[in-house]
Amino acid sequence: MTENHTTSKQPGILTPLQRLQEKFSDKIIESHVFRGDETAVIGLLNLRSVARFLKETPEMDFNFLMDLTAVDYLFYTGGRVQKEFRFEVVYHFFSLKFNKRIRIKVPVDEKNPQVDTLSDLWASANWYEREVWDMFGIQFKGHPNLKRILMYDQFEGHALRKDYPFNKRQPLIGPIN
Amino acid sequence: MTQRRSMLLNVGPSHPAMHGVIRIIMELDGEKIKGADVEIGYLHRAFEKMCETVMYSQCFPYTDRLNYVSPLINNAGFALAVEKLLGIDIPERAQYIRVIMSEISRVTDHLTCIGATAMEMGAMTAFLYMIKAREFLYELIEEITGARLTISYVRIGGVKADLTQGFADRAFQKIAKVRKVLIEADEMLTRNRIFSDRMKDIGKISPEDAIAYGITGPFLRSTGVSYDVRKASPYLIYDKLEFEVPLGSKGDNLDRYFVRMAEMEQSLRIIEQCFVQIPDGEIACGLTGEVIPAAQMVDRAKMGETEELIEDEVALDPTLQGSTRKYHDAIYAHKKDVVLPAKENTYGNIEGLMNHFKLVMYGHGIQPPVGETYFPVEGANGELGFYIVSDGRDQPWRVRVHPPCFAIMAALPKCLIGGMMADLIPTFGSVNMIAGELDR
Repeated sequence: MTENHTTSKQPGILTPLQRLQEKFSDKIIESHVFRGDETAVIGLLNLRSVARFLKETPEMDFNFLMDLTAVDYLFYTGGRVQKEFRFEVVYHFFSLKFNKRIRIKVPVDEKNPQVDTLSDLWASANWYEREVWDMFGIQFKGHPNLKRILMYDQFEGHALRKDYPFNKRQPLIGPIN
Repeated sequence: MTQRRSMLLNVGPSHPAMHGVIRIIMELDGEKIKGADVEIGYLHRAFEKMCETVMYSQCFPYTDRLNYVSPLINNAGFALAVEKLLGIDIPERAQYIRVIMSEISRVTDHLTCIGATAMEMGAMTAFLYMIKAREFLYELIEEITGARLTISYVRIGGVKADLTQGFADRAFQKIAKVRKVLIEADEMLTRNRIFSDRMKDIGKISPEDAIAYGITGPFLRSTGVSYDVRKASPYLIYDKLEFEVPLGSKGDNLDRYFVRMAEMEQSLRIIEQCFVQIPDGEIACGLTGEVIPAAQMVDRAKMGETEELIEDEVALDPTLQGSTRKYHDAIYAHKKDVVLPAKENTYGNIEGLMNHFKLVMYGHGIQPPVGETYFPVEGANGELGFYIVSDGRDQPWRVRVHPPCFAIMAALPKCLIGGMMADLIPTFGSVNMIAGELDR
């Protein structure tokens, strides 16, 4: 999974990941480039400072939060190392000016699934975070309106968690007869 | 002393203009919209969850049902994401076919969007004209894929079957007909006073807001921001084609209409170029024998007559035409662990049959390496991205779709607030909300 992450197509110009490594060398837990996708794994507490850096640095200018989702690694057996934390919240940023993408992953513990919100920095985070809360039960601290978005309010559990059976039904009304 | 109070008005989900799947709760002051709350999820079918329970190749029928107006783009997007994960390239002809089919789908999508918007504003004639043009294109899609909506045409590593004989000529005829309809629709709508009055300066959004909400596609381009995945990070063979990215300036409904109209013309241009550039599909592979029905070939192979069958061609069901050995190499990547073998091999010899079984049995199938990829394509509504996490098994660990509608729907209150209640209909129409991909 981990390929070398020092190569750059244009010598002299740093990739977003390299810039990030330069600035937050001690805060990046792991980084890799797989099939050209640059990924950095950072700690929960550094999310907002990294996100701010990505958005506000003129040489980075990641003005799009293109996608925000989460992955549940319960029962995960792929890869060489077992995952330490159950969830990973995955952010896909895109810079329109430089036409660059970067993926930031934040491992989240099962016992206290809570991440800082980015909805004040990118408006698009608002609904995406609601969806992650709905599907994975990960809370976003400081979110203005954290309620379910795809499922109904009475729904119990979080559907995309790996311990939620895909064929489990929760009808709101019982059978007619 | 009178007290001014605002009124809450509920629109949908069972409201014809909301397509039966969206609920908007509006706070009104007279007829002015003061606040709006959008509720989605009425068409949630657990796409992402279901993809985790099936093999990679079995996800295609699910992707058909994301944006059901342009399913070929979803098919191609998912296939490209898995191919990126696998690290394989597909033959040039297959790439051209994917582009042709994607662009046909883009035109059908835009036609539906504009037609439906016009209809919701009372212009039934324009709608019928647009649907007539869409029908021409659906006939083309039907000819190649055997279906109109739920096509499942693209395969990982290629496409299901080659184009039919003489398809290019028929496509050119249909394109000419579509162009004619577009001119007629343009005459009916663009200078129509009622239409332009209800579209102009309505549902405005600024480029800054559009970017903040992560909006892409025609909606973003109508604000004057030039971002098209086909230009920004060309996939397939888009870098070999000449086309323009139409831009608006004001970000209102009328601009979105113009952008879509102009984009359709560009898509038709792309299709025409593809037919000129596309490499030949038929390959000389020594099929000099007779053409025999599939059942007969299977029977003879069971009897052990495999050597006599080497040069024979199999007669297939019309929907599988173009997947025989003659065409196989031009439309499928040359990877035995990813693509199904040519039908002559499946029916005529044990090696091909085993290869086929290995790819369709649970626990065997396509097994990408451990890793994760995100692949964006330009859907009809904007950037359609597939984020796939693989744990090395034949089933994806996680499939995430980045649906272009989702960001636009999140920004819908921004477009509505300050406008009149009746503006809801054209604005919502210009979003081109497709609940299949919005709710997944």
